[in-house]
Amino acid sequence: MSDVITRTAAETAAPVTLPRIGLAGYLGSFRGLLIRDVRVLTRDFVGFVMQTVMQPLLFVFVFAYVFPKINQAFSGPDGGSFATVMTPGVVATAAFFTGISSVAMPLSVDFGATREIEDRVTAPLPVWAVGFEKVLFGAFQSLIAALVVYPLVYFVPATPVSVHVDNWALLVAVTLVICLTSGALGLLLGSIVRPGQIGMMYGVLVVPLSFLGCVYYPWQSLQAVPWLQVGVLVNPLVYASEGLRHALTPQLPHMPAWAHLGAGVAILAALLFGGLRLFERRVLS
Amino acid sequence: MTPVVTIEKATKVYPGPRPRMPEVTAADAIDLTVAPGEVFGLLGPNGAGKTTTMGMCTARIRPTSGRITIAGVDVAAEPVRVKRAIGVVNQFNTLDRSCSVYENVYLHCRFFNMRASDARRRTGELLAQFTLTERAKALPRALSGGLAQRVQLARAVAHRPAVLFLDEPTAGLDPQSRLALWQLIRDLRATGVTVLLTTHYMEEADELCDRVAIIDHGRVLVVDSPEALKSGLHADTIVAVAVERDAEGLATAMRALPGVHSAEPVDGKVRVLARGGDTVGRLVETAMHHGLRDVSVTAPSLENVFIQLTGRDLRE
Repeated sequence: MSDVITRTAAETAAPVTLPRIGLAGYLGSFRGLLIRDVRVLTRDFVGFVMQTVMQPLLFVFVFAYVFPKINQAFSGPDGGSFATVMTPGVVATAAFFTGISSVAMPLSVDFGATREIEDRVTAPLPVWAVGFEKVLFGAFQSLIAALVVYPLVYFVPATPVSVHVDNWALLVAVTLVICLTSGALGLLLGSIVRPGQIGMMYGVLVVPLSFLGCVYYPWQSLQAVPWLQVGVLVNPLVYASEGLRHALTPQLPHMPAWAHLGAGVAILAALLFGGLRLFERRVLS
Repeated sequence: MTPVVTIEKATKVYPGPRPRMPEVTAADAIDLTVAPGEVFGLLGPNGAGKTTTMGMCTARIRPTSGRITIAGVDVAAEPVRVKRAIGVVNQFNTLDRSCSVYENVYLHCRFFNMRASDARRRTGELLAQFTLTERAKALPRALSGGLAQRVQLARAVAHRPAVLFLDEPTAGLDPQSRLALWQLIRDLRATGVTVLLTTHYMEEADELCDRVAIIDHGRVLVVDSPEALKSGLHADTIVAVAVERDAEGLATAMRALPGVHSAEPVDGKVRVLARGGDTVGRLVETAMHHGLRDVSVTAPSLENVFIQLTGRDLRE
């Protein structure tokens, strides 16, 4: 019986021809990958928001609400309260680290344990495009984080927060660079960090980056500690905080646009290139 | 008929696991062709190079040298075009843990650029065909190994690939799930899909495959239909005789008997390839003088072919 089936199958099998795939095909598959990520995100959106909000909320609550109430407030530099100084910094940090962790953590587990990535890389797309989708989706989550955290840092502090946008184009450009950078750094870290090392990654990378990222003080104020002022320039979060400071609180000291955008774009390009290369090397051998 | 998969001198050499350690040749000038509609098996022990060969065919492993084409398209040069036309099931459970059974199949369709309505229809069709409809909402964590493998198979054929690559499709499954999966693979063959599978189970190769390549240490030792390979043993009976003493001497004595094609001592036993109904009686009689402990008589299997080619057991 099975012999009959075999012969029939072999004889009736049509000659196989492989069609070429055009741009529409690539975009369609890319959209498929995005659909998957959106589905998974919306399913646990409340969890995602809570995870994103908790740290900035507590930070703003303690330092900008409780401290002024108990007369232990920090003072900001000329032109703003501490609450105003840290507003752009806290938004930048939330965006930055949400993007990193939402790409790096699942990717590290994908590569190191569950191998779920296997099915996605069989999609008819170049391997780098599968990695780029992760960057883009990470950037999207990072943007959501910024939008969710902003009202908190604006409304929670006990002292007034003075924000005004002079230049919307600058705000859009800065936000775009921050979000994409966090996605790209997430791809890079997710491609090299093993699942068991995620805790360590937070300790040795994420914590120093955020404390030394000009989040709670403008970069210019660091001139009192010159070695530190130069040293922090390797930290991409510095350009994110300074960029948002420029866009949201231009009355405070901040780096000029050419400096924070120039360095931001250069770092983004390097991280994107490195991340996509490492991703490809993890998938192909 | 023009082959659909052509593997020409495909070689993969990996650097040593540590600096200054020798290179590892995982696949050594593999030459194979698979015809359309054929179920082709790569049979060999773990580490023989089966998965490496599979990886080179599915654009995951870049050959060090040699060339692989699917329907005439070079895998290394146009991987995306090839990926569109193939389906892959890995050795591991690679189902998306965050998505239900339904979503695993549906999203796979979307990865292959199907419209939402087509993807929904195709998913419903596949879940019915693979008797998974009742488990549509289950998460992969809740599935047994056999069910998970069935979902992986349904997912791999969702975009109607011309060639299906199955790496150890039934490894670790219970016998019942294995039989069920075999039937699904046979059903797929009946629809004209070409199947290239790897296995280290000789019954699987024997049962499913039109042709089998036996692979060891990265090399293809022989390629033929299971029947032809077994008849190449020149025996209709395999007799294994366990004795108390001098298996070597017994093997020599047995070789002189009529109807005995070969007799080899292996681990205190003598394995005899024999032909003719009365040969077994003569073998037992001879073995009596060496303290006969046990006799087993079986029909020739691909395992015997492997042993004859390599001198080793497939399970070692």
